Amino acid sequence: MGGLAHVLEDEGIPTTHISLIRVHTEKIKPPRALAVPFELGRPLGAPNEPDFQRRVLLETLKLLERTSGPVLEDFPDLPPGTEEEEAQGWACPVNFAPPMDDINDADLVYQSLLQEVNLLRPWYEEAVKNFGRSAFGISGKTPEEIARVIADVLVDPLGTEPPYEGESIGVGFKRMADDMRYFYTEAAIARPDQRTSDFEVANWLWGETTLGKVLVAIRDESMESEDPSLKALAVTAMVPTHQRHRTKHG
Amino acid sequence: MVHLREMPEHLRDRLVNQELPTYESTPWVDAKPLAESKIAIISTAGLHRQEDSPFVPGAGDYRIIPDDADMDTLMMSHLSTNFDRTGFFQDVNTAFPIDRLHELDEQGVVGSVASRHYSFMGATPPAMMEPVARDLAGLLKDDGVDAVVLVPV
Repeated sequence: MGGLAHVLEDEGIPTTHISLIRVHTEKIKPPRALAVPFELGRPLGAPNEPDFQRRVLLETLKLLERTSGPVLEDFPDLPPGTEEEEAQGWACPVNFAPPMDDINDADLVYQSLLQEVNLLRPWYEEAVKNFGRSAFGISGKTPEEIARVIADVLVDPLGTEPPYEGESIGVGFKRMADDMRYFYTEAAIARPDQRTSDFEVANWLWGETTLGKVLVAIRDESMESEDPSLKALAVTAMVPTHQRHRTKHG
Repeated sequence: MVHLREMPEHLRDRLVNQELPTYESTPWVDAKPLAESKIAIISTAGLHRQEDSPFVPGAGDYRIIPDDADMDTLMMSHLSTNFDRTGFFQDVNTAFPIDRLHELDEQGVVGSVASRHYSFMGATPPAMMEPVARDLAGLLKDDGVDAVVLVPV
């Protein structure tokens, strides 16, 4: 991000930027940056806090009025509700994992995933209504189609037809698995009475759902896979670092 | 994801100590007054419209986000599994402050809003990003953009 600022400024376009990792910005020294004390993924602080977001944006833009640099300022405040959020427990909207008696039976895994998807669907639909949008859809597939591919990759990764023409099974699987996680995540955060963090939702998704168990099993297998696209993906991009303790290879 | 200070030590160290490009100096051009400036947003959150191609690793490419796009249809296909997405799911502006920028325009705080914004997926090797960024600078100038706000994820 800071590198981009160097190039654009060098081309004559003034830049200012929000910095989530201050130590990186200290090293890269872009012309103007505002270091913010927020979670990764939330550069403006928090959702549905327009006044707070506007302050962050305005403070970032105001750095454009400086006459010399580099400038690295700190934004002092945490987003509204941060403390309450930490104090609140989080109850999962659904808490179940249909039994998967045989993880080697692709049809059974598919049925288990479908059951879970169907139980989550009303919450997902609530999410779409509440947020007025959905980030589910990067794969262009339905949850049913995704469940089928995930079950097949679990049981027979090398025999699964890549879901997109011209793309490896790894790329296809990644896109669909991410999409399915978005479906689950949106369902989980749908309840308006819950303030939830990515971390809490992830503990539920990876620790308690069938999808999480299946994805962990696929990661375990992919780490030793003969398919390079699956193996490369498995190392860093299948399971978040804060959930990798659930996997065989860590 | 949790804040950096709450991360397990080994994860934090890996993130903080990752290899970074170094620059001998920092370029600087004076900006016009904010109230006269046309502003564009560049995000590295891997954002795009639903009909656009999702991001793939290491390509260094970007997606165009026209200012009149329906921002509620923006997708996030960033490959990293290690940052919070729940904020973005509830409100685009958590990661892409497009409504806030328009409000500042309506209030006269900024001069105007660019007709096109851009999104990269971060973590692209600098050598690959540089020619793309130089080309992008020309496109921004064509749009009459006076200053850019860069928003990471």
